[in-house]
Amino acid sequence: MSVAAQPLANDHAHEEGHHEPTFIEKYIFSTDHKMIAKQYLITGLIMGFIGIAMSMLMRLQLAWPNETFWIYEVLLGKFGEDGVMDPSIYLALSTIHGTIMIFYVLTAGLSGTFSNLLIPLQIGARDMASGFMNMLSYWLFAISCVVIVSSFFVEAGPASSGWTVYPPLSALPQAIGGSGLGMTLWLVAITIFVASSLLGSLNYIVTVLNLRTQGMTMTRLPLTIWAFFVTAIIGVVSFPVLLAAGLLLLMDRSFGTSFFLSDIYIQGEVLSYQGGSPVLYEHLFWFLGHPEVYIVLLPALGITSEIIATNSRKPIFGYRAMIASILAIAFLSTVVWGHHMFVSGMNPFLGSVFTFTTLLIAIPSGVKAFNYITTLWKGNLQLNPGMLFSIGLVSTFVTGGLTGIILGDSTLDINVHDTYFVIAHFHLVMGISALYGLFAGIYHWFPKMFGRMMNKNLGYVHFWITAIGAYGIFFPMHFIGMAGLPRRYYKFTEFPYFDDLADTNILISVFAFITAGAQLFFVYNFIHSIFYGKKAERNPWRSTTLEWTTPVEHIHGNWPGEIPKVYRWSYDYSKMNKEDTDYIIPGQDYVPQNVPIQENEEEMNE
Amino acid sequence: MTALLIILVAALLGITIWQISKIFKLSQPIESDDSQIANNKDNQKQGKMFLVFTVFLYGLMIYSFWELSKFYAPGASAHSEDYDQLFFISLGLIMFVQVIIQFLIHWFAYKYRGKEGQKALFYADNDKLEFIWTIIPVITLAALIIYGLFSWSEIMNVEETEDTLVVEIYAYQFDWRARYSGSDKTLGEANVRFIEGVNQLGLNESDPYAQDDIITSELHLPVDRPVLFKFRSQDVLHSAYFPFFRSQMNVVPGMTTQFGFTPTTTSKEIRNSEYMVEKVRNINEIRKNNDNLGPDEKSYEFEYYLLCNKICGVSHYNMQMKIVVETEEEYQKWINEQQTFGELTAQSQN
Repeated sequence: MSVAAQPLANDHAHEEGHHEPTFIEKYIFSTDHKMIAKQYLITGLIMGFIGIAMSMLMRLQLAWPNETFWIYEVLLGKFGEDGVMDPSIYLALSTIHGTIMIFYVLTAGLSGTFSNLLIPLQIGARDMASGFMNMLSYWLFAISCVVIVSSFFVEAGPASSGWTVYPPLSALPQAIGGSGLGMTLWLVAITIFVASSLLGSLNYIVTVLNLRTQGMTMTRLPLTIWAFFVTAIIGVVSFPVLLAAGLLLLMDRSFGTSFFLSDIYIQGEVLSYQGGSPVLYEHLFWFLGHPEVYIVLLPALGITSEIIATNSRKPIFGYRAMIASILAIAFLSTVVWGHHMFVSGMNPFLGSVFTFTTLLIAIPSGVKAFNYITTLWKGNLQLNPGMLFSIGLVSTFVTGGLTGIILGDSTLDINVHDTYFVIAHFHLVMGISALYGLFAGIYHWFPKMFGRMMNKNLGYVHFWITAIGAYGIFFPMHFIGMAGLPRRYYKFTEFPYFDDLADTNILISVFAFITAGAQLFFVYNFIHSIFYGKKAERNPWRSTTLEWTTPVEHIHGNWPGEIPKVYRWSYDYSKMNKEDTDYIIPGQDYVPQNVPIQENEEEMNE
Repeated sequence: MTALLIILVAALLGITIWQISKIFKLSQPIESDDSQIANNKDNQKQGKMFLVFTVFLYGLMIYSFWELSKFYAPGASAHSEDYDQLFFISLGLIMFVQVIIQFLIHWFAYKYRGKEGQKALFYADNDKLEFIWTIIPVITLAALIIYGLFSWSEIMNVEETEDTLVVEIYAYQFDWRARYSGSDKTLGEANVRFIEGVNQLGLNESDPYAQDDIITSELHLPVDRPVLFKFRSQDVLHSAYFPFFRSQMNVVPGMTTQFGFTPTTTSKEIRNSEYMVEKVRNINEIRKNNDNLGPDEKSYEFEYYLLCNKICGVSHYNMQMKIVVETEEEYQKWINEQQTFGELTAQSQN
């Protein structure tokens, strides 16, 4: 008998006759949201390992383009024969690195893990609205992972037309080897991924809307839930458009239609395609592609809101403004896609419109950054590893966000479009920031997931090397971009003009290797702590949210007895009583959400 | 250089391993407090680490601006001055904000690090503050947007006059061709379906306008004359990126895109500019010590170039065309020496 089959409002979820789940039910085809969260996390981390390893190979190639390295032959086989990296595999690596990091690690790994773990626990529900759909969502994701990784083992190599897979390059195997079977596998993998993402998102939305416990109004929700909720909505709005673009591309590739292709002469022959436009594909792709940035980022911002408030021992500053910013960012994110296309050949007037909407996004983003900083102000900061990563996120989010003002301006984009300036910008604002959010979330909710604590000292080392390395990689990178260095170049030695940038490229690569190496501390800490970490107490971070009222041992239905009722918002940290003599609960600087309003306190924020 | 770096990396790895072993030792539960929750000591130490990190971050920013901003390529087109001004205003503004905000983040992380007995301030809301940091970005961004849009429409709306030189830039895997309209000042009709033999760009041979078109593999431009480029691709997406002229436009199969600029500095002038002399001397120094280069590759002389900036296939990294900006007389002399399309087809039929 599974929990999902029960009415979730039922407070007496655990009747007698509950049989022990078998190994398969418990660990593999589990419908329990906590187990599915762990499955997402571990799968996402494995994909992250692969994705980061790919970037290391690229950095090795970019730093020493004319040297040979045996590692190429070991890892890339015939594409790295005699230690020389093949140009086609370089493009494949950059394509699959982008695809894996954006979709598999930062969408599924981040949102999948924490939405699943936290939505039921923080809103006070026994499980997701549909446990079965949730399980299906994970297994589709797992299949998709297998398909995308398997594309490395096909004869002509995996998809290699960039993670944006613009046609005609991605449509014509004559144009590049990777556009054969490799590209088909990419499309299949992404199609399955979209299905998985939609199943997950719909589930999150329904759960947040319908299964909140008594007293948990929308304005009492922790910001994590707001972020996951809005992220799911953006996903439902934009992922189907990617699916449409992918299907049309598939039809152009396999059935001879001409949605995106026209007037093509390649390898001595004119193709029959007529009347399509690659620009149409770009519009469809970026209609997902840009919201995707926020699908990646918003959960990270939600996670850090929660962690910063908890560890500052202060309420998040401007709770309602934070919600408004999330909503504003979500809305604006769907009307800015054209800023990826300023020089695509679309009408320049459209460029003006997209410049306008794009720069508007800076306003809610700025509000969020300022609110974080004010939350830190006059706090009593508990510098746990999760908190360090959260502060790190605010820092990289600001640095990366600011250069967006240059890229979002159609005029300025002309000369830095598709250069390393762009690479530096989006890695900081989206890649590094979201990864920090992921790490923050793991360090913070590890006790909830595995019932044990991660080692804090290893966490500190992990954070500081990563923080130094990430800036060391991406800050100087802006400058080689300003020099006009194009992205997706296998090597720069064909242009003597770029010779004096070689040292900077080496510097960046060295930082990259050190940073990647630092992740091994995390890997060790993560695996070791699962088995040998110190046993966690129920509420190690002295947090107000409902997940910390559940027992450390995972049980079906989350709470052994009744679901707790909620009486207050989730940010009553360091709140004083009316006389200002002591905290509301004497000697305890936080009031959990399930504690009724006390006589000696003023109610906030209703 | 490489050997040095390998040693450096090896040394860093060594330090890393040493550190790991030290941390393992530290992570053993010797102390009584093994809760793995930050205690007072951790807060003190990590708070101070934020100060150290601030020094690193500001050092890195200063180093980057000091050492690397020289890579910013000099402008050589009429609108590049306007472009650079907007760029530097934006850059100045964001660096101003960056310097302040990063300081606040890291300073607060240090200053308010947890201490035993310290009470956090319950401070949940302040409409006035939030209004301020909404309205200031609104005003600044409005100014930037308006400024940017004026430049944008000026750059993008090229008016074709008598004087404008119309040049087609033709892209294919993995090279470029330029097509000049010849004496009739009109580019002949073209489509990939006409491609055959020497007719590499698919010109319509029965179109009289096509006969005097001139196809070249170098792009020559007369200085101070507006040029309007029409871009055409025969296979996949490419992007024509002219970094020194602050110009870029994607080249899209199936449609013609356009971009215009007026070159203002001849190749000779920029080669002799102080910036370029210094830069080329430095590059030649690097090339002299590069053992991978043949003796004839050692010496480099600056030429403008056009490069492909949209992933287009395996040789994407080497899809370039030389650009020569010269005086009107030099240009006329050069263009008159070139073969017209009519001459080319006649020659191949013989």
